[in-house]
Amino acid sequence: MAEEISAPVGVANVDHAGSDDNYLNHGKGILSWLFTLDHKRIGVMYLVAILSSFFLGGVFAMLLRSELWTAGQTIMTADTYNKMFTLHGAVMIFLFIIPGIPATLGNFVLPLMLGAKDVALPRLNLASFWLWLTGASFAVVSIIVGAVDTGWTFYTPYSTTTGTAVISMTLGAFILGFSSIFTGLNFIVTIHKMRPEGMTWFRMPLFLWGIYSTAIIQVLATPVLGITLLLLVAERALGVGIFDPALGGDPVLYQHFFWFYSHPAVYIMILPAMAIMSELISTFSGKHIFGYRFIAWSSIAIALLSFLVWGHHMFTSGQSGLTNMIFSALTFSVAIPSAVKVFNWLATMYKGSIRLAAPMLYALSFLFLFAIGGLTGLFLGSLSTDIHLHDTYFVVAHFHYVMFGGTVIAFLGGIHYWWPKIFGRMYSERWAQLSALLIFVGFNLTFFTQFVMGSHGMPRRYYNYLEQFTPYHQASTVGSFILALGFLIMAGYLLHSLVRGEKAPANPWGAATLEWETTSPPAYYNFKHDMRAGDPYDLDALRFEPSLGGYVRRDPSSVLATTEGVE
Amino acid sequence: MTATHFGRMLLARFAMMPDPEDGSFWMPPQVSTVAHSVDWLFNFILAISVFFFVLIVAVMVIFVLKYRRREGQDAAPSPSHNMALEITWTVIPVVLVIVIFFFGFKGFLDMATPPANAYEVLVEGQKWNWSFTYPNGYVDENLHVPVDRPVRLVMSSSDVIHSLYVPAFRIKMDVVPGRYSKAWFEATEPGEYDLFCAEYCGTSHSDMLAHVIVHPPGEFEPWLEKASNFLETMSPVDAGRKLFQVRGCMQCHSMDGSAKTGPTLLGVFGRSENMADGSTITVDENYIRQSILEPNARVVAGFEPVMPTYQGRLKDAEIMAIIEYLKAPEGAPQEE
Amino acid sequence: MADHGHDRGDGLRVEHHFENADQQYQSAKLGMWIFLGTEILFFGGLFVAYSVYRANHPEVFVFGHHFLDKGLGALNTVILICSSLTAAWAVRAAQLRQIGMLKLMLTLTMLCAFGFMGVKTVEYNSKWKHGLLWAGSYEPHLDHTDPATDLIHNEDFEDGGDIEGVDAVETDESGTADVESAPTDTDRSAIDPAAVGPPGLAGPEPEAEGEEALEIEPANAQVYFSIYFLMTGLHGIHVLAGIGAFIWLLLCARRGDFDTGHFTRVDMVALYWHVVDLIWIYLFLLLYLI
Repeated sequence: MAEEISAPVGVANVDHAGSDDNYLNHGKGILSWLFTLDHKRIGVMYLVAILSSFFLGGVFAMLLRSELWTAGQTIMTADTYNKMFTLHGAVMIFLFIIPGIPATLGNFVLPLMLGAKDVALPRLNLASFWLWLTGASFAVVSIIVGAVDTGWTFYTPYSTTTGTAVISMTLGAFILGFSSIFTGLNFIVTIHKMRPEGMTWFRMPLFLWGIYSTAIIQVLATPVLGITLLLLVAERALGVGIFDPALGGDPVLYQHFFWFYSHPAVYIMILPAMAIMSELISTFSGKHIFGYRFIAWSSIAIALLSFLVWGHHMFTSGQSGLTNMIFSALTFSVAIPSAVKVFNWLATMYKGSIRLAAPMLYALSFLFLFAIGGLTGLFLGSLSTDIHLHDTYFVVAHFHYVMFGGTVIAFLGGIHYWWPKIFGRMYSERWAQLSALLIFVGFNLTFFTQFVMGSHGMPRRYYNYLEQFTPYHQASTVGSFILALGFLIMAGYLLHSLVRGEKAPANPWGAATLEWETTSPPAYYNFKHDMRAGDPYDLDALRFEPSLGGYVRRDPSSVLATTEGVE
Repeated sequence: MTATHFGRMLLARFAMMPDPEDGSFWMPPQVSTVAHSVDWLFNFILAISVFFFVLIVAVMVIFVLKYRRREGQDAAPSPSHNMALEITWTVIPVVLVIVIFFFGFKGFLDMATPPANAYEVLVEGQKWNWSFTYPNGYVDENLHVPVDRPVRLVMSSSDVIHSLYVPAFRIKMDVVPGRYSKAWFEATEPGEYDLFCAEYCGTSHSDMLAHVIVHPPGEFEPWLEKASNFLETMSPVDAGRKLFQVRGCMQCHSMDGSAKTGPTLLGVFGRSENMADGSTITVDENYIRQSILEPNARVVAGFEPVMPTYQGRLKDAEIMAIIEYLKAPEGAPQEE
Repeated sequence: MADHGHDRGDGLRVEHHFENADQQYQSAKLGMWIFLGTEILFFGGLFVAYSVYRANHPEVFVFGHHFLDKGLGALNTVILICSSLTAAWAVRAAQLRQIGMLKLMLTLTMLCAFGFMGVKTVEYNSKWKHGLLWAGSYEPHLDHTDPATDLIHNEDFEDGGDIEGVDAVETDESGTADVESAPTDTDRSAIDPAAVGPPGLAGPEPEAEGEEALEIEPANAQVYFSIYFLMTGLHGIHVLAGIGAFIWLLLCARRGDFDTGHFTRVDMVALYWHVVDLIWIYLFLLLYLI
């Protein structure tokens, strides 16, 4: 179908147009995918895997929200409900959101942004994906043989004494942890060793600063989850007694171990999302990002500070007042870099030239929703209010606003942004706008009422609830169906675009990072020439070329390295 | 709460001064000495949050409208960094969070320090009920306290981690096996308030409810006196049922026919049971008494000898009451 | 720039996505160091558990460590240090393309690793025989002439012991209570009395029987063995993995992979091995010596 777009002036890196020979069709057959070393293919496989997990986790969510339509039993027993919320959490966190942006968009975009041919350790990358598949299989097996009812947090002693399939699920999470570690390790090495000529640390796109900071957390925190889960398995299988008070153990020690990973983990979730935000806001405001260094350093600050605050999940656990005080104080510190980013993004929009394309709609949604999510964290970081709010729906609402309203929304923005690059197709802008609106409205209806329920004392993980909470729950359930509709529509138009979408130009949005300097989709070798980096936010270096329907560089040689091979 | 009441409450409460007695848009009634400071801080943080949220969204919307892309017009040149701005919007949040932290910490210290003359109640959490032991040894399934008197709870769990939460008092503390945890409160308003388990503990986590009954001045002592003498005031069957529920029998012995850690006691009296040593017995008063005092002497076949003894923990009259309860035609638990 | 791997000229293969051999080597090295960092954190969790329990119950650790043979531990330490030497030597041999020496050093390293596992087997076996296992399976019984009173004597201490006439508290089988069936009242009889615990939980001090007791088995002594087996067990798994890696290297050497002077693999495995050795040194210190 490819209408020939002749190699135009100003696009030095494209020696043939269209997508006749690109990474998608280079090498045929399922084995060429399963055994690929190409980061782009690995990224796409991850995308399919992770979006499937999101769907699975979403099914569990819809089931549990349906059960909560009435105060008593609606469609399932208490035991089933307990499994529903556990699986919703475990699938969403371990299979979807932790690998999430880094494994999909990170894998695809990182080497391209560096003008490189691949990540530093492609075999490790493939191993990472296979580990994901293995871990996911363990999780699926666990679900099939009876699932887990401990909550995704697996608190002892309940998790060491319940009869459900805890071992297979925790082994699954353990394996997934290694998938995450290897991804992070790979990204750190790639960013350290494979930056192109001209790309000093502070000329790197902010997306990479975010991915890098995330990778630091992945590498340092995940091993602790590993040992924690291993101890849990040992406790169940062998009775090592380390968390069992009857054997001299301490159940609260488990919480310290668990949250030492799981708190940094939430920054594994949000940092890549913030990384995407910097790209979207800059590109769609037509302006250089504001406060580059502050945004870059704030990512590192968040990564480091995230290790110091885990105790704020345990204010009521019986730990000492001094411990509580220290963790509360440190928790507030980690709020500041996030606020700095939000203000810098807003400043980027000032005097910009703003386009409300789908990616930008998601970026704006992020600002709205993440603001709520982040600000509600203040209530929880503060000791006296947290005592009241801990383990209520207020917490559930808070983390959904940051994880869903933050990470997922930015992820969607990133998918829409890089979709043309990954698949070489444009999707329907109209349907994308409708979907974004439904998701925004549905999300707020689902989760805002939960703040009010929570502050009124509605505890979380409750199958039955007191009648007075019914209106809140029903509003929330209605919202969840609107959300589901929005996602179904999104799946529809995205899949449709793969077969019927307009062919995408190399640079549909006018961004200045290097991935836009190659074809959409890229050739399997990424770039024909050695690349050199300029300022990744110098949007004035680009102009719109109507014959292409996209943007080109005014001076193409500015991104080519000064070595041989330039035509 | 009906939908109309909810709607009216929304309208009436959100914008106006909250009525502490009935609660506000966000909070349940303030019925303890610390509730006021917790709510105050909540509202303080809320005010700051609303301010910044409105600021962020307004700026965003204004910029989108004002700087919407126009054909042929590129973005006007503007700086991409400004140190003064960065410092300002870093320092102001830092100051605000320090203030919030300070108030939170101060409020917490009050919540963590019980006064010296607190009335002490022992609390036991188990899957899936609460039992409260009063200083005179009486055990009840609800928490009765006098108004305007500090009450200190000394809590432990017999199985997994639970958490005692009374929203109206704004208190919460985890209840952990193998150790004691403590909480305190002083109720300021007579009435009946919900007590929840706030740490997921299995199947009936959401049914692990109790009530806090705050007695008006002068009414607590008489209540305790009367309740402690339940053996005199209640029929033996009712007293036995009460003991069965609050003294832990229910945890291992169901009254619905299902075998748990121990055999079901539905219809047990007069039943023929096969013992682990091969003999067969008919359950009578003597066997029940022996099972309570020397539980592992004669164990029903198919069950482990794990029942703890109640020697010294149940009075003879209480054992009699339990026997009477088990004899009753339907020994099913009373509907609450 | 070519879009396929190219040779450096002397047969060394550089992957297609690297600009040169040095970038390739540096990437591998950084990657391995980061991986080793994750290993340190992985074990770190156990070291934290050790620290927490030791800080709260030092007597448990002092008591428990008498059951470890310092001699065997020291032997293992020497074995591993030697194996680190042979591993480093193997790297040097690979750099200098001394394939014969390389194979010798790899083999010696593996022999040391096997030796280590052998000594560990002896130690674990002895623990098993005496029922000195992790908490859930802790049933100490010592094979000497007086089973009735079950006293621990000097010769029971594998380190030669400097404790005389220690009395063992009969730990009854159900001393480890099943949490599910724990009594619901404030009856703590199923929980072992804590040596130092919150008020209300401490039970009666174990009675000294008969002979003068200079040290009594503390409550929850089994915690020591849980930690011992977890830490040495995890370490042992890493030793086994290391053996696997060395076998792989030997196969590569026989295949001629290192004839070109490409020694990165040997270097990386040797780095891993050094960390395994280092972790053991700390285990020896914390479990055997103090």
